Amino acid sequence: MLRFLSKRILEFVPVLFVICTITFFLIRLAPGGPFDAEKSVTPEVRRNLEAHYHMDAPLAQQYWDYLIRLSHGDLGPSFKKESRSVNEWIALRFPVSLELGAYAILVALGVGLAAGVFASLKPNTWRDHMPMTLAMAGICIPNFVLGPLLVLLFSLQLHWLPVSGWTGPADKILPAFTLGASYAAYIARLSRGGMLEILTKDFIRTARAKGLSERVVVLRHALRGGLQPVVAFLGPALAGLLSGSFVVETIFQVPGLGREFVQAAFNRDYTMIMGTVLFYAALILVFNLLVDLALAWLDPRIRHAH
Amino acid sequence: MNRHVRYLCAAVVATAMVCGCSGSGARQGASMVLRIGNGAEPQDLDPQITTGVPEHRIQSALFEGLATLDPKTLEPTPAAAERWEVSADGLVYRFVIRADAAWSNGEAVTAHDFAFSWQRILSPNLASEYAYMLHCIKNAKAFNEGRIQDFAEVGVRVIDDRTLEVTLEHPTPYLLSMQDHNAWYPVHRATIERFGPIDKRATKWTRPGNLVGNGPFVLDRWDPDEAIRVVKNSAYWGAADVRLDAIEFYPIQDLLTEERNFRSGQLDVTESVPLSKIEVYQRDEPEVLHIDPYLGSYYYRFNVTRPPFDDVRVRRAFAMAIDRESLVRNVLKGGQRPADCFTPPDTAGYTCSSAVPFDPGAARVLLAEAGYPEGRGLPTVELVYNTSENHKLIAEAVQQMWKVNLGVDVDLLNQDWKVYLDSMRNLDYGVARSGWIADYVDPNNFLECFLTGNGNNRTGYASEAYDALIAKANATIDPRERLAVFQEAEKLLLEDCPFAPLYFYTRIYLKSTAVHGWQPNMLGFIPFKQLRIATE
Repeated sequence: MLRFLSKRILEFVPVLFVICTITFFLIRLAPGGPFDAEKSVTPEVRRNLEAHYHMDAPLAQQYWDYLIRLSHGDLGPSFKKESRSVNEWIALRFPVSLELGAYAILVALGVGLAAGVFASLKPNTWRDHMPMTLAMAGICIPNFVLGPLLVLLFSLQLHWLPVSGWTGPADKILPAFTLGASYAAYIARLSRGGMLEILTKDFIRTARAKGLSERVVVLRHALRGGLQPVVAFLGPALAGLLSGSFVVETIFQVPGLGREFVQAAFNRDYTMIMGTVLFYAALILVFNLLVDLALAWLDPRIRHAH
Repeated sequence: MNRHVRYLCAAVVATAMVCGCSGSGARQGASMVLRIGNGAEPQDLDPQITTGVPEHRIQSALFEGLATLDPKTLEPTPAAAERWEVSADGLVYRFVIRADAAWSNGEAVTAHDFAFSWQRILSPNLASEYAYMLHCIKNAKAFNEGRIQDFAEVGVRVIDDRTLEVTLEHPTPYLLSMQDHNAWYPVHRATIERFGPIDKRATKWTRPGNLVGNGPFVLDRWDPDEAIRVVKNSAYWGAADVRLDAIEFYPIQDLLTEERNFRSGQLDVTESVPLSKIEVYQRDEPEVLHIDPYLGSYYYRFNVTRPPFDDVRVRRAFAMAIDRESLVRNVLKGGQRPADCFTPPDTAGYTCSSAVPFDPGAARVLLAEAGYPEGRGLPTVELVYNTSENHKLIAEAVQQMWKVNLGVDVDLLNQDWKVYLDSMRNLDYGVARSGWIADYVDPNNFLECFLTGNGNNRTGYASEAYDALIAKANATIDPRERLAVFQEAEKLLLEDCPFAPLYFYTRIYLKSTAVHGWQPNMLGFIPFKQLRIATE
């Protein structure tokens, strides 16, 4: 087990290095740079700026300097949001995205699993069709439509919740629900499918033959296998949820990492792009690893293969 | 952000609006706190580093220059300086700093503070993008470009603690108007030195608790991407007259989110209004919708280095075939004024008397004379604009006008902001959407853009006669004569026509009726120290 873990973690290094290298050169190929603005600066000022940020050195030199700094964990200054370094921005922004993502997962799992399992127990009856129709609607309605609609109802009509912001607990309800809704819908469909498949398996029939109650059959025996598709889906979904959503953060004015990432690209804020890309890459690698571990725990066949 | 997303959001919200709802910006309780939408998260709060309008708005509450502007007339009025004298040749200004001018930590503001601040912004290593605003000071440009090392050679001299003498390179009638720009604000030396070398960018001196300013407000909280809160500065010389207890600046970039915040009463003043909402507010709540003239020009650049726009007749034909009245009335609908010149009317007493007329008949004749009758034989023309729903609508309207009035087919090319800037800089375009918002109120701020080699020219236009006229205007001391020379210059510019004027900007925003003391003006300058909140 330990060998498996350390091997996987060691694999992170070359992956991150490749991502780092490709991103470093690719963003510099895009037209326009961090110092291009509506009002132009004189060539002297431009030179001064480039010198200030060591961008006057040859590209290979800059790349090498970046790697050296990176190896010390320093992601450099932000060009566009200069008041803080990239490390500080990620430290400020990621916890917000993490918090929002965590609430959204709670919404997604709570609503999605309940609906999916409920639907699978009486397939092709109204108790199946109703939640599955809702789930299909949930998948189809994008969050940039759902968000403003929720605001319209709960903030502007009923005056129950704030329009936007991220200070009190009340601020967090609408963004969490908006972000979680479509994931809930996927989870509902996946868990229904997984459960339906498992419920036809021999070991379930055995369990029933032993005279176990339906509740024990479902919760103790079927759920563990039925959830496998959901867990496999959760890996990338978790990374996506926790790393922030540009759209939801924009609609609700949530100061998360998702907006930072997209704006950095528009601004050609090279260091910020590099920082967020590397951070996301690491995040996704870690989540994929966690999912593999979880799947091994859930499925004895995978566990014994190692 | 993604324009499609915005567009869809607009559609959804607009539909829901029709289904019936109309709150208002009414607020509960009458605390003296102004909550204002401020567009974007500031780059920093260091007045010598930042370049944007959102930053300037916050800095104008935290710092104060030698002079400020009368919010109504935009004439310079005393601020940190109580008075000044100007020499007869317009080259030497002597400022007397008010005795009670103080930093927020209680220390007196002195002439040394200004000398230090200007030395800092001009230091080459700081690489301040707005340092060029100080280049009118004698030797300032040379110091900024590292050609002289000793700041004593620059025309800034401290006579005593309260007297500052500034010697200029050439007469600069707008010197006093510029004092409200953040590039000229004083910064507190001891504070900056505590957090790093004076010419290092982005040190921690601008954080709450560290920042020391001399404005009517002082920084209280800075939650990045959430809000910046400033509170009344009791050390400020005019503190007795400041009515607001605090101002909260919210960096809301999404116009629809901002509008919803206003509607729910979470904001008193917005930065802008979504286009789709203007008519709704005009109909339902005209008292909160404000449309002010704004000191800016929207125009289309022609690349004069490339056929067919290397021919002045083609440029004039294209410019004269745009029906600006119709564009403003039917496409923009935001109270904009159609433009037939570059400098907006009544800029520091200057209103251009020449014009590029709308005359499709004459335009067709010009195009035929240039060898393209009815547009036949004209090389493919591409109109470049940066991503925005507005720019797209305008470009489509103009494309249609050129088709109808000239018989010319023009391709539209949408580019991402930075790609667009790159095309501008490398003159890699035919026609390009452009805008210019003034930094200070003077025709020079507009007309100098088209000087040969000016970084904001970006058309390839170069005219010795034009350069000479602008230089002559800026060497003329008599204000009336000076404006007459600018008239000559702009007339020549419009004849050479390196651009097609479209309209003069307006600033469209929502403001709660509880905000009093507001004064609309062309710079969008907000006089925070005279505002108050009252619900009656």
